[in-house]
Amino acid sequence: MNAPDFSATCPLPIAQYPHVLMAHGGGGKLMHRLLEDVFGRAFRNPILDTRHDSAQFTVPPGRLAMTTDSYVVRPIFFPGGDIGSMAVHGTVNDLAMSGARPLFLTSAFIIEEGLPMETLWRVVCSMRDAAQKCSVQIITGDTKVVDKGKGDGLFINTAGLGVIEHAQVIAPQNVQPGDAIFVSGDLGRHGMAIMAVREGLQFESTIESDSAPVHEIVLQLLAAGIEIHCLRDLTRGGLASALNEIAEAAGVKIAVEQKAIPVREDVHAACEMLGLDPLHVANEGRFVAFVAARDAARAAEILRSSAVAAGAALIGRVVDQSGSLVTLKSLLGASRILDMPSGEQLPRIC
Amino acid sequence: MKFLDEYRDGDLAQKLAAEIHRVTTRPWTIMEVCGGQTHAIVKFGIDELLPPKITLIHGPGCPVCVTPLEVIDQALEIAARPEVIFTSFGDMLRVPGSTTDLLAVKAKGGDVRIVYSPLDAVKLAAENPDREVVFFGVGFETTAPATAMAVYQAAAKSLKNFSLLISHVLVPPAIEALMSAPNCRVQAFLAAGHVCAVMGYEEYFPLAKKYQVPIVVTGFEPLDILHGILLTVLQLESGRAEVENQYVRAVSRAGNQPAQDLVRQVFQVVPRKWRGIGEIPQSGLGLRETYAAFDAAKKFQLTDHRVEEPAECIAGLILQGLKKPHECPAFGTRCTPEHPFGATMVSSEGACAAYYRYRRHEPTERVVTQ
Repeated sequence: MNAPDFSATCPLPIAQYPHVLMAHGGGGKLMHRLLEDVFGRAFRNPILDTRHDSAQFTVPPGRLAMTTDSYVVRPIFFPGGDIGSMAVHGTVNDLAMSGARPLFLTSAFIIEEGLPMETLWRVVCSMRDAAQKCSVQIITGDTKVVDKGKGDGLFINTAGLGVIEHAQVIAPQNVQPGDAIFVSGDLGRHGMAIMAVREGLQFESTIESDSAPVHEIVLQLLAAGIEIHCLRDLTRGGLASALNEIAEAAGVKIAVEQKAIPVREDVHAACEMLGLDPLHVANEGRFVAFVAARDAARAAEILRSSAVAAGAALIGRVVDQSGSLVTLKSLLGASRILDMPSGEQLPRIC
Repeated sequence: MKFLDEYRDGDLAQKLAAEIHRVTTRPWTIMEVCGGQTHAIVKFGIDELLPPKITLIHGPGCPVCVTPLEVIDQALEIAARPEVIFTSFGDMLRVPGSTTDLLAVKAKGGDVRIVYSPLDAVKLAAENPDREVVFFGVGFETTAPATAMAVYQAAAKSLKNFSLLISHVLVPPAIEALMSAPNCRVQAFLAAGHVCAVMGYEEYFPLAKKYQVPIVVTGFEPLDILHGILLTVLQLESGRAEVENQYVRAVSRAGNQPAQDLVRQVFQVVPRKWRGIGEIPQSGLGLRETYAAFDAAKKFQLTDHRVEEPAECIAGLILQGLKKPHECPAFGTRCTPEHPFGATMVSSEGACAAYYRYRRHEPTERVVTQ
């Protein structure tokens, strides 16, 4: 979604302040105007509008889920999203992984001096739109401005609060032998979209990030009574890291099949070219679900009926509780370890 | 994926494997020269499809692994200089020198950047006239033409702030060195397809004849590798020692002539030390005198780096095919990709790293049952 034309709609006159200044974080009039006219106006809701040091609100009965995350993506705008929408989706998705209905977000901005005001406005508008789509309210926040060279344009930190309206325990410790393992769609698109822009790589078509909120489909699964044992969003480290973390926390052996794991052709090609494994690459709108075996067919049907998980696939099973290990059956039928990536993903020589 | 999935077809792989089983009557030891092939063999489990009589040993064809420790140390010294933008292919960044690695230099403030082509480094030099841009030129015949093109372009643009730390190596002299070693077990080679795409395969005929070894130019996909092994076994079983080309879709006998011409114009053949193996005569490429101004080692007047490999590391034996990674007592315990003793554990194409990533349950279980 595009931000409205900046010069026409941004409340801070661009001619006067085309860039963020140190004074915008200094606690004086300029900061007050930034908070009121940019953040206050974009995110407005009754709780934020009280303009208090802390937000006051009532929560519905039930267990609560809480999460926090920081967003440092470069470039700030990328095909398929930007740091603002990604911050909302990422936080909402973390809450969704507990099966929670997201209610409230906080947002703290660390802005590097000199950031174009238009950039900030576009990010804020994108956050506002994403929050509206996810039916969450941004109810409190913070702004700091750091010296030029001390930040990378813009960092965003969020916290999220959601309510758990079901009785299931969704956690790695609940994973059981026989569980069916689903991924909610094709893998690796966010990471490759970012890498393509960052490194100036050009492919035949633009790879767009998969950044999207997934809470609705999780709530649908729960509403249908699907017994979900564990959920994990597949961000940094990709599927390989998520499966290894769960195998380790649950003390289980997991077996997945290469040919069942969906990876789009252009992403596959880009990964091959750079010597990266799509199973190690980050996603922003994908999750893995461990579902009780008897509910697998119904879960597949529900997942595939939604737009965000239309490409969902059953990729493997939990084998037993004889130790923590993830194995991958290769296209040739041989079985090997699927390990966590070691350190940063580095493109190889040849 | 088009032109890729076709070469990863499980049913066809099983058929090729069955054919290899059918034609194999005696034990054979085959070396795949290239680290990319090692990686594919372990990743796809190709060796598990082969008859037990066939032993694959993993050769020295990983450019990251064979770059000598002292050259890495030189790279670290240059990269730490404040005026330098040090550019490198990604997987060199994690390779440990004798004290640290390029990632650590970057963390301490060194301007170390990953590039995808040496030409990107030339572009950086043109854009940053007040900085010294250095490219870490490593690799086999595959990357040498691109490095040569970078030198050629930098010379054409009269760039004074661009230089290269060169450690290019050549495959045929390494095969010669392996075959002439007294303890050599290798009976046949899978030659690296992409090296031959550049160089052709003329230079392998004298080697096949002199050492009576089959040499089969082989690609990198599972079906390529299985097909290459089948052709090799057929030669071995019938007592032939010929140069054959499995990778016909990419390799011609003469190779890429313009690329070879450019390499010859910029580089000359020099003796080169290989990490874990030692010096091999006429096995590397160095800048010709005409282009000496682009030699970073001369430009920065580096201190003399003489360093010893960690005594416990058996990377040398692994690179020569004398040991398998899990036969090392430090494998997977004291030596891991996070704390590597030697380069074979660092590079994604190193044999140790490939075994660690895909196989480490095996040796552990073996140790337990012993």
